[in-house]
Amino acid sequence: MAKKLAALDVNKCIGCMGCMFACSRRVGRGGFDKSAIGVRSAGGIERGFVIIVCRACENPPCTKVCPTGALRERKEGVGVILNEDKCIGCGFCAQSCILGAIFWDNEKNKPIVCKYCGECEDYCVHNAIGMVEIKTGA
Amino acid sequence: MLMKAKDMNRVLYIDLTKKDIKIEDRGDLFDAYLGGSGVAIKLLEEECRSGIDPLSADNPIIFAVGPLTALFPSASKTVAMFKSPLTGNLGESHCGGRSAMAIKLAGYGAIVLKGSSDIPIYLAIHGDEVKFGDASSIWGMDAVTVGRILREVEKGAGVRTIIRIGRAGERQVRYACAVCETYRHFGRLGLGAVMGSKKLKALIVSADKSVEIPKDKRKEYKKVYDEIHDVVVKTDAMEKYHDLGTSGKIYDLNKIGGMAYKNLKSASAPEEIARELSGENFAEMFLSRRVSCSHCPIGCVHLASLRELYEPGYYFKTTTISYDNEPIWATGFMLGMKSAEDCLMLIDAVDKVGMDVMSTGVILAWATEAYEKGIITMEHTDGLEFHWGDVNVYSEAITKIVEMPTEFYQNLAKGSEYASSVYGGQDYALAFGGNEMPEYHTGIACYLNNLTGARHSHLDSAGYDLDQKLIGKEFTIEEVVKELLKEEEWRQILSSLVVCFFARKVYSAEAITKALNAIGVENGTAEKLDDLGRDIHRAKMDFKFREGFNLSKLRIPKRIFEVPTPHGFLKEEDIRKGIEVYGEMIGR
Repeated sequence: MAKKLAALDVNKCIGCMGCMFACSRRVGRGGFDKSAIGVRSAGGIERGFVIIVCRACENPPCTKVCPTGALRERKEGVGVILNEDKCIGCGFCAQSCILGAIFWDNEKNKPIVCKYCGECEDYCVHNAIGMVEIKTGA
Repeated sequence: MLMKAKDMNRVLYIDLTKKDIKIEDRGDLFDAYLGGSGVAIKLLEEECRSGIDPLSADNPIIFAVGPLTALFPSASKTVAMFKSPLTGNLGESHCGGRSAMAIKLAGYGAIVLKGSSDIPIYLAIHGDEVKFGDASSIWGMDAVTVGRILREVEKGAGVRTIIRIGRAGERQVRYACAVCETYRHFGRLGLGAVMGSKKLKALIVSADKSVEIPKDKRKEYKKVYDEIHDVVVKTDAMEKYHDLGTSGKIYDLNKIGGMAYKNLKSASAPEEIARELSGENFAEMFLSRRVSCSHCPIGCVHLASLRELYEPGYYFKTTTISYDNEPIWATGFMLGMKSAEDCLMLIDAVDKVGMDVMSTGVILAWATEAYEKGIITMEHTDGLEFHWGDVNVYSEAITKIVEMPTEFYQNLAKGSEYASSVYGGQDYALAFGGNEMPEYHTGIACYLNNLTGARHSHLDSAGYDLDQKLIGKEFTIEEVVKELLKEEEWRQILSSLVVCFFARKVYSAEAITKALNAIGVENGTAEKLDDLGRDIHRAKMDFKFREGFNLSKLRIPKRIFEVPTPHGFLKEEDIRKGIEVYGEMIGR
C-alpha cells in the first residue's frame, strides 16, 4: 500500500520546525532550503500553526501544468515525482499548487516536492504529522 | 544559499549613527570561544570602552549564537551583551523564540550594533541584505502591535525573528526588556533601554541560508544528532517543561517555604493562594497552547487565553498571554494577587510596555511596603494607593513608571536599588548587585548566587537548586561557594553554545565534544571545555570589575535575615564569608 505524509493534528504542532530541519538534514544541510515541508504561524503564534506539505491529491494540478513532463504522477497512483533532468524550472507547478506545497530550490532553480519518505515523522515528537496509507482508485 | 562551517564565523557590524554596515570574519573569536557568551564578552571588550554611559551611543549591543545552532536540538538561544543601565556593569540576557535560528541562517555568528540613530529606526536583516527602516510611525507603540505591523511589511514569514521594544524601552526604563516573537523576552538588565537610547525600535532578522555538513561527516552528524535528539525527548526535561511548563514547581516551592511572598514578608503564600497561582491551576483554567523555540522539541512556552468582559453589552476581548514561573511569582506572589486572572492581567500590562517582569514585581513590592510604612505618600505616587493584590492600581503604576509623571516614578524607573537610596527602605529593597531578586528564599546558596553571579540572575549558578538539594544535609560555606562557581563556569560553555539550560543534562561534556566533532568544528577535550568555561567566566567578571563592581561593597537587604528559609534563618556573617571565599576563588 502506498503511503504519504499527512498533517495528522495541527493542534498538536508546537512550531519547533523539527520536520523542516529533518527534511534538509537528509541531504546534509542544517537549515530548510531543501525542505519539502513548511511550518509557520497562522498569523501570530497564538493562532497556532499551519503545516504545509504535499497532500498527494488526486488529479494533481501541478502535473497538469508541467510543460516537459518532468513532474508526473507516481506509478502507485497518487502523489507526484520529479525528474530533475527534464525540469526547466519554469515554476508553473509551484504556481498551480494553491496549498503552497511545492517548495523552491533556489540553487538549482527547480521545485522541491515531498518524496513521502517519512524522515520528518521521526522528529515530530508531538505527533502532529505522520505517514498514512492511501487507498488508490477509491 | 549555502554556507560552509567557516561562514558561521561572520560578524555583522551595524553603525546606527552612520547607517552603515560591514561584515568581518571573526574565526579568531569563534575558534577560541565557541560562540554565544564566550564570543559576546570578547566583542564587548573590544567595543565597549571603560566607563561609558550605558544609555549613550557608546554602548554596543551584541547578539551572538553558537556553532550548534540550527544543527542540533535546543541550541536555540541568542545571547545579548551590553553594558547594563540597571547595574552599571555587565548586561547579559538570553532569549529563544526564533532568534537564534534566524541569526544563524541569515549567515551570522554575531551581530554588533554600535552608535545611535538620529531618528527612530528599525533594522531589517534579510540574509546579506541590511535595510534601515524609518520607525517614526511605529514609535510610541506597544511591543505587541509593533510585531503585528512589521510582520506584514517585512518578508521572511516563518523563518524570522522580530526583536522589538515597547514604550518602556523608548522611555529608557532601566529594566526595559526586548520582546521577541511576542511571547519571549531578552529580559533582565535593560537591553530594551539600551535599544531605546539608540532609537532602535525593532530588529528583524530572516533566514535565507543553510549550513552544509561536509560530505565525510554526514553519517556521523546524523548519528550524533539522533543520539542527542533521543536524549532530549526522553529525559525528564520533556515532562518537566512541556506538561506544566516552568510554573510546575510553584506549588512545591511555596510548600517548602522557599518562595518570597509580599516583598518577602514571608516565604510562603497561604495554601489557597498557592493553589490558585499554581502551574496546575493556570493549566486547567487558562492554558490554550504550548509552543517551542525553533529547533527545540520540548515546547516549554505556555500560552494562556484570558477572556474578559471589558464593557457592558457583551463586549468581550480574548487576550493571549505567555506565563512562566517567574512572571507568576513576580506579579502574583510578590504583589499578593488573589487570583490567577489578576496575575495574567498584570503580566499582560508589563508585556505590552516591555519591562522585565521580575524587576517590575520587586520594585512595586518595595513601593507597596514603603507606602505602608509611610515613607512614600500619595503625593509621590501621583494619587495611587498602593496595596497588596490591587490589580488596577498596579496596572496604573506600570503605566506611570513608563510615562514618569512625577519624580517618584522617574526614580522607580531606575530600579529598586536606586529608588530606595533616595527614599529609604533599603532593608526591604530586594535587589542584589543592583538587579532585583528572583523568587527564591531557599537558603544561603540562592543569595550567594544572586550576589556573586555575573548577571545577578538565578540562572547564573542555580543556587536555588543547590539549596534544595542540601536540605537535611551538612555542608560548609566553602563547599557551597565551590559548587556555585563550578556550576557558573560550566554554564558559560552551555551559553557559549547557546544551548538552552533546560537541555543542560543532555549536553554533557562528552555529548558536546561529539556534536562539535560531527560538524567539523575543531575542539578539544572535556577538560579543555572546563578551562574555557572558567576563562569566559573570568572575562565576564573582569568586565564587571572594570566597570566598578566590588564584592566587598555588595549591599545585602536585612529582610532576608528576618524570614526563615527551609534551612532556617540566614546570617549576614555567613553570606559575607561566602562572598569573601568567592573572591579568593576568582582571585579578587
